[in-house]
Amino acid sequence: MTGFRSVPVPAGSEATVSFNGRELAARAGEPLAATLLANGVRTVASGVYTDRPRGIVGLGTEEPCGYVRVDSPPIESMAQATRVETHDGLCARSLNGYARLPEGEEAPRGDRVWAHCDVLVVGAGPAGIAAATAAARAGARVILACDAPQPGGGLAGEWDAAEGTAAREWQEPRIAALRDEPELRLLTRTTVTGLYDHGEVVALERRPHAAASGGAVHRLWHIRAGRTVLATGSCERPIVFEGNDRPGVMLAGAAVGYARRHGVLAGQRAVVFGCHDEALWAAVALHEAGATIVAVADARPAPGPAPVAALYERGIGVLTASGVTRTTGGSGGVLSAATVAPIDSDGNATGEGRSFPCDLLAVSGGHDPATALAAHSGGRKRWSPEHAAFLPDQTPPGVRLAGAAAGTRNPAAARDQGERVGHAAAVEALAHESATDGAEVADDGAAAPVVGSGHTPPMALWTVADARTDERRAFVDLHRDATLADIRDAIGAGMTSIEHIKRYTTIGTGPDQGRTSGVPATGIVAGLLDRTMDEVGGTGSRPPWVPIPLTAVAGRELGELFDPARRTPMHDWHVAQGAVFEDVGQWKRPRYFPREGEDMRAALQRECRAARESVGALDASTLGKIMVEGRDAGTFLDRIYANNFSTLRPGRCRYGVMCTADGMVLDDGVAVRLSDTQYMCTTTSGNADTVRAWLEEWAQTEWPELCVHITDVTDHWATISVVGPRSRDVMARLAPREDLSAEGFAFMTYRDTTVLGVPARILRVSFTGELTFEVNVPAWYGRAIWEAVMAAGHPYGITPYGTEGMHLLRAEKGFIVVGHETDGTVTPVDVGLGWAVSKRKDFVGKRSLWRPDTAREDRQQLVGLMPEDGDHVVAEGAQLVAERPGSVPVSMQGHVTSSYLSPALGRSFALGLLSQGRERHGDRVYAVHLDEAVPVTVTDPVFYDKEGSRRDG
Amino acid sequence: MTPEPLWKTREPAASYDAVVVGAGGHGLATAYYLARDHGITNVAVLERGWLAGGNMARNTQIVRSNYLWDASAGLYEHALRLWEGLENELDRELEFSQRGVLNLAHTTHDVRESVRRVNANRLNGIDAEWLDPEEVKKLVPIINISPELRYPVMGATYQPRAGIADHDQVAWGYAAAADRLGVHLIEGCEVTGFQRSGDRITGVHTSRGPIAAGRVALCAAGHTSVLLDTLGLRLPLQSHPLQALVTQLVEPVIDTVVMSNTVHVYVSQVAKGELVMGAGIDAYNGYGRRGSFRTIEREMEAALALYPVFAHSHLLRSWGGIVDVSPDASPIIGRTPFEGLYVNCGWGTGGYKATPGAGHVLADTVANDRPHPLAEPYALERFTSGALIDEHGAAAVAH
Ligand SMILES: Cc1cc2nc3c(=O)[nH]c(=O)nc-3n(C[C@H](O)[C@H](O)[C@H](O)COP(=O)(O)OP(=O)(O)OC[C@H]3O[C@@H](n4cnc5c(N)ncnc54)[C@H](O)[C@@H]3O)c2cc1C
Repeated sequence: MTGFRSVPVPAGSEATVSFNGRELAARAGEPLAATLLANGVRTVASGVYTDRPRGIVGLGTEEPCGYVRVDSPPIESMAQATRVETHDGLCARSLNGYARLPEGEEAPRGDRVWAHCDVLVVGAGPAGIAAATAAARAGARVILACDAPQPGGGLAGEWDAAEGTAAREWQEPRIAALRDEPELRLLTRTTVTGLYDHGEVVALERRPHAAASGGAVHRLWHIRAGRTVLATGSCERPIVFEGNDRPGVMLAGAAVGYARRHGVLAGQRAVVFGCHDEALWAAVALHEAGATIVAVADARPAPGPAPVAALYERGIGVLTASGVTRTTGGSGGVLSAATVAPIDSDGNATGEGRSFPCDLLAVSGGHDPATALAAHSGGRKRWSPEHAAFLPDQTPPGVRLAGAAAGTRNPAAARDQGERVGHAAAVEALAHESATDGAEVADDGAAAPVVGSGHTPPMALWTVADARTDERRAFVDLHRDATLADIRDAIGAGMTSIEHIKRYTTIGTGPDQGRTSGVPATGIVAGLLDRTMDEVGGTGSRPPWVPIPLTAVAGRELGELFDPARRTPMHDWHVAQGAVFEDVGQWKRPRYFPREGEDMRAALQRECRAARESVGALDASTLGKIMVEGRDAGTFLDRIYANNFSTLRPGRCRYGVMCTADGMVLDDGVAVRLSDTQYMCTTTSGNADTVRAWLEEWAQTEWPELCVHITDVTDHWATISVVGPRSRDVMARLAPREDLSAEGFAFMTYRDTTVLGVPARILRVSFTGELTFEVNVPAWYGRAIWEAVMAAGHPYGITPYGTEGMHLLRAEKGFIVVGHETDGTVTPVDVGLGWAVSKRKDFVGKRSLWRPDTAREDRQQLVGLMPEDGDHVVAEGAQLVAERPGSVPVSMQGHVTSSYLSPALGRSFALGLLSQGRERHGDRVYAVHLDEAVPVTVTDPVFYDKEGSRRDG
Repeated sequence: MTPEPLWKTREPAASYDAVVVGAGGHGLATAYYLARDHGITNVAVLERGWLAGGNMARNTQIVRSNYLWDASAGLYEHALRLWEGLENELDRELEFSQRGVLNLAHTTHDVRESVRRVNANRLNGIDAEWLDPEEVKKLVPIINISPELRYPVMGATYQPRAGIADHDQVAWGYAAAADRLGVHLIEGCEVTGFQRSGDRITGVHTSRGPIAAGRVALCAAGHTSVLLDTLGLRLPLQSHPLQALVTQLVEPVIDTVVMSNTVHVYVSQVAKGELVMGAGIDAYNGYGRRGSFRTIEREMEAALALYPVFAHSHLLRSWGGIVDVSPDASPIIGRTPFEGLYVNCGWGTGGYKATPGAGHVLADTVANDRPHPLAEPYALERFTSGALIDEHGAAAVAH
């Protein structure tokens, strides 16, 4: 069947598209919905629950029925046929409401863009064009976001007929001029999806043509707008009656839109039904476009004389105080006739109906200003009986509305309003005035009166029914298949809040955001409960305004870019050595360096033995390093750490522990005093960021009077720990002129010097108990010095080790690791660091440490654990219990925090936290992991070199 | 056939034996158990908005009990047991689906802490398993367990009895059951302050006039602290936005619940077909029921890495609730320094799962004017004694 195109496809624009496997002739660039209508495809999809056939209802984002899947690139799992642009080779299929996510198929890519502007104008109809132009001319930087491929909005009804030509003449040069405004950025195919606090706006740009070149098909704009003008127009609403879901039943404005914009007639024999003048003008327009108008029904007893006269001139009468009570279906359930009956003001039939055969039923219940974006950040609306619509009442700070979005339907008035509002927004944005917008809306963006002379007000009409009406076939939400009967059920169940009714019926929860169902549902509920429209209200609108592909939400922050990995300067060397890595915070750290045929256990034994018996090397660059500088640096650190730092002499290092406000261990590490006013504090690798933010918070918000500056210098340095009895020999080769003796370079001191000509800061600290030189060099030299260390250590069999070895070696010494032995519930005293907690001075967390529970003697405390079977390594995370567990629940007394096989001890051992553990050395407890319970002996947590005899070599 | 009204619309009476402030899940359940178990039926639940329109209407419906500490295990497992009989109890379909919940581990630190929690759960008699990546993949075929992931899946804890339940049905179920027992459910009635005589609370002031009450139980989530401020009592609560989102309806792709704290996204697919996803709180404080889009972007970055097939779906709707976060991520339940005044708040991001348990335990506390044994550890005093129940899932710190 052809003959639906009133304007032939221009040469050069022909395209062939495939729909459900059928080839259709299209005009390239038109919406798929237009192609389908042009080819007489009435049934496009089916109801999500009812399986009833569904056709195209709307023209744009309001489309509730016509959902399709696009199989040609860029593929789409679900899209409105009204918003899919056709091109040669487009291949689409019907959907029944459910998307099938195609496994294994690459999804089109998305990207993110950021922009700032003084004034953002949303919508490029007459009001938006005027607002953007006025704002730009007032000197503002403007972004104009336009949902369509081209600017230029809809002209509807009366004004299309009366002023269409004038309006187009106004609009064309303005659109051209937009492109010449130097500070105006026009974004087409860009839909604003959400308004957030502080002028943050998110908008989705569609770039279907980028697919061919592999570019991003979607861009998500993040716009910071000084002021925002919503010129978002309106949504036409349907009227509910039996069989209002048949393919062929359409919004009147949409039917006109297809004819005017796309040269496509949605039907050849049309019945038009409405309750306001614009619907009558739609009948005029459809007739103009070539449709036969079978009948026109207006629910009002006295429709506007102007459109009635215009219809009369065309030989078309208007059935007044009449409405469509039901439709009849032909083959496949498609519309074949509409029954029109006389009705009262509530839409109840007052007499017999008459059936009119037709293939198009163009319906319009009125127009709802598109104010959802304002609602995202707190805007409200109020029912205007005069407009028969909810109009914006309070708008959020910085937001104004203009044009149909403000209820102003006359395009000339909308233009004027746009101009005023755009100008005002610009002036305010440029003056950086505080927001007074909410108050100003009344005179600066309020709806113009409905009336032109001779205009008759619209009527609010929600449903039409007669005694035989089957309410289960009268659809309120066409997408969710929710009916009048469902609303009645909800109310019967005692629901009176629109929010409850929405949840009960699922009205408004579809991808169309219920644009065509929200207000009718409110109207129906108001009628059933005998309440006003404002008493019932609408459901809150939630972003996004249109669905956003998740690829566009995620942008490029996928794969490695999800959280850019931090790598030390020596990273490539580790890779070349076959290191196995682990994630530590954002860092990639070598966990161990297996040799041919080694597993982790074997590698670990070898690495640790080397560090204890000869020399090992650890890339410790990831250790957090934070500079704390300034006159009050010492005082500041005294308040932060549990122990004293102002008393530390320059040149010396001290181990410190810091607590959270409730006295729990936050972090630990060595701090070095470089000078009277400078400290370098080291932190746990994964914790540097947290600690830096913690220090800043106290410095900035609690003690602003202190003169301190905090800088994270972690990645300025590469850090190499040279560890073991032969480390002094290795260092002697690298820094031959230095006095490296135990006396000359004492434990817990540091030295600024050079290593192979490279500036270096060497610390005599130890995390293993062994003689250690911690060599810090500017990161740039890290790899070179690391290799030099390796070369110098070669004669001693220097062995690189990773985090696993580091953990094992420190555990043998009973040193804690934050995150292993602590979990936010452990105090310094619990883990044996009571010696580092000052009793005299005040520090963060001190008061909490003396709370009754925190000061309890029987808290869980750090202990050593020796499995009775020395070959068995208990699981980290095993729970400690007193008896072999029988029936549950079993009282737990602690848990295993670290557990290893020790080469030095020749057996397994573990650290754990155990109730009253310090008093229980020698006791037997059980370590329970899944189904196994292993007997272990409680010991002192220091397993190796208790005397500390090895740290000086 | 029109159904029976679930609850009746009422005018507030001048006085009640007990007034519950807030008709969220917890308030409704409290009123129900007061009436059912303690014979206190002259009860009103006062709600400033629409019934169960707060966090109850906004949460992502996850129900589980695999918490670390004994006190939590006791409370949440008590709730889960009640969930298991709730459809019968309330005589209503709740779409309670014990489809299992997985919590993914992505680092060696996660693995350690997860194993610790599994072991603790098992010793507390709570079903818990530790799964390796292959076992995770078997339960969740769409998940990406490639070791090449930025934060690879290194395993997961699994609680088979955990799952989801439809929060509206649960609220309506409790509301209907309470209504049947004579409880008054009064919507559009905001409590603005208290009537007192000395340190005894004798009633509440509301937007619809004063109402006398023998006992007052606060179940107003984050607004509990606002209300107690009027009595000069400061609660250690911080209110944060917490967001959630749904995609369009999709054919079934995932039939269990998968959570990840490290990369911050969790997902389930509800019966209707939508994928429901959530993440962590927005960092700032506030009472506006909306968050920032950046949080959602971060969440979707994580989601697409773990579930590549989600790249084909769309963000349909997002929303925010305001959650009342306590310092130890555990609730506050019990008496207050004011006689006749009881609190239940601080449930933060995870109170839905506790709905039946919280209501049950609070009703018992109110009826007997002493903490229910399971509520004892949750008293307000713990913030001064230091006996916190830290459920932050172990400090998220790596070595
Ligand atoms: C996005 C999101 C996802 C979540 N996901 C989960 C999840 O998956 N699993 C889980 O266990 N938990 C989850 N939660 C948390 C959970 O929703 C809450 O902890 C729980 O709902 C709180 O209890 P409630 O239902 O009683 O609270 P609410 O439903 O918030 O009830 C409090 C009620 O008090 C009313 N109120 C406040 N002030 C007054 C006053 N002055 N007078 C009268 N009434 C008042 C409010 O209007 C509200 O209705 C989530 C929360 C959010 C926001």
